[in-house]
Amino acid sequence: MRDLTQEIIELIRRTSSSLPPDVEKRLRESIEKEEPGSAARGALETIMKNIELSRANSTPICQDTGTPIFQVHYPVGWSTIQLKKQIRAALEEATKKSFMRPNAVDAIYDRNTGNNLGGDDFPYIHFEETEGEDLVIELMLKGGGCENVGRQYSLPDNSLGAGRDLAGVRKVVLDAVQKAQGQGCAPGILGVSIGGDRGSSYIKSKEVLFSEMGTRNKDPNLAELEERLTKESNEMGIGPMGFGGKTTVLDTKITGLSRLPASYFVSVSYMCWAYRRRKMTVKGEEVIYD
Amino acid sequence: MKHITTPISDDAIRDLKVGDSVALTGRMVTGRDAAHKWMIETFIKKTRPPQGDDMQVYEELKKLLNGSVIYHCGPVVSGVDTGEYKFIAAGPTTSIREEPYQADVMKHFNVRGVIGKGGMGAKTLKGCQETPGVYFHAIGGAASFLAQTVTKVHGVFKLEFGVPEALWVIEVKEFPVVVTMDSHGGSQHAVVDDASKKVLEQLLERP
Repeated sequence: MRDLTQEIIELIRRTSSSLPPDVEKRLRESIEKEEPGSAARGALETIMKNIELSRANSTPICQDTGTPIFQVHYPVGWSTIQLKKQIRAALEEATKKSFMRPNAVDAIYDRNTGNNLGGDDFPYIHFEETEGEDLVIELMLKGGGCENVGRQYSLPDNSLGAGRDLAGVRKVVLDAVQKAQGQGCAPGILGVSIGGDRGSSYIKSKEVLFSEMGTRNKDPNLAELEERLTKESNEMGIGPMGFGGKTTVLDTKITGLSRLPASYFVSVSYMCWAYRRRKMTVKGEEVIYD
Repeated sequence: MKHITTPISDDAIRDLKVGDSVALTGRMVTGRDAAHKWMIETFIKKTRPPQGDDMQVYEELKKLLNGSVIYHCGPVVSGVDTGEYKFIAAGPTTSIREEPYQADVMKHFNVRGVIGKGGMGAKTLKGCQETPGVYFHAIGGAASFLAQTVTKVHGVFKLEFGVPEALWVIEVKEFPVVVTMDSHGGSQHAVVDDASKKVLEQLLERP
């Protein structure tokens, strides 16, 4: 099987240092919405300078290079054992090159491993066999600040008056945004999963963040709720960095899962403005980066 | 934009108000979760006996932090193998995790400024009034940009905490921040939290 270690290092470099164009565009558009001279506008202007500088110098956009979340879509014939070894080797090398911060800490003995590899589960890798012929590796880097403000609700939630329906989902998501304030590095992007068990629900709320900005759910009811949540989140006036301002949430993405009759979970994953996600496609001999 | 150099005097701190943009220059020390827990347990509450070089580091820190600034930051650093340290990416981390410790650390070491992101709570705000000190908000995620203001890495303590958690002694030039908590009891975070809570209550009433 082909060795893709070098190509995966390049994927990591791009993800850490070069923000996707759709995210950059949204951020740039939001500058005009903030008052000239305000702290909110100043924050967004600094963010734009940082995006350009990181790309030019191949340095991390954010020093918290986060949890590396890999989604591997592989055609029949590829070995996931080999791919996992290559991804881990690439991550270790990318850390030596300062594209990544050593981020894996043994939680029991409080020791940083120094190479970004922790046990069998860090980095997080999800493999999915596909019917196509191309191998696709997606990577998202999700920092700890925004991960910490994620929330999971079990409906009904009496304190918010949230029942087991989309109206209830709306209420708990708005609550999550208010509680996050600027601590998840607003303006953020919301990944929302409805249903599942506690584990699958959180995983789905992150998976939905792999889609492009502005991607709406095919279900018109969910698409409408996505738009409404973005709009109403911004009415709360939390603003960039929580300084106060008009731009709190850039986009909302919702997905649904089957649930048990007894359970109704809503999981909210908050993604910071440094919404680092990139993709590489192996097409025959060629490797294409998005 | 106000220009302030560390160490910072009482008067300069009391002069700062919520909303002020400040460019910071001079020496400061990074410290986050592991560092704050270690300082509190070993030197302030003394629930853990000093180990290894703890007491030597404590004597150094007392001098370095007196009148100076703690930066909540876990940087990406090159040259860790060679000792020729360079900050590659160095934005702020979320400060609220240090809320149980910060006010005591400020008072014990006479720390005049805390740089971080996301703001802090009532206990730290009271600490800002008593020390006196302020909370400087840096732009979260602007790590490449902020690393460029780090002109020199003087050294590092407690590297065994790991690169992100170690205490890095750095020299900065015109490091940009906004005062969001001042020494007069003002907090932009409390204002935004209250206002957004009121809006949320209205939104929850909507059909």
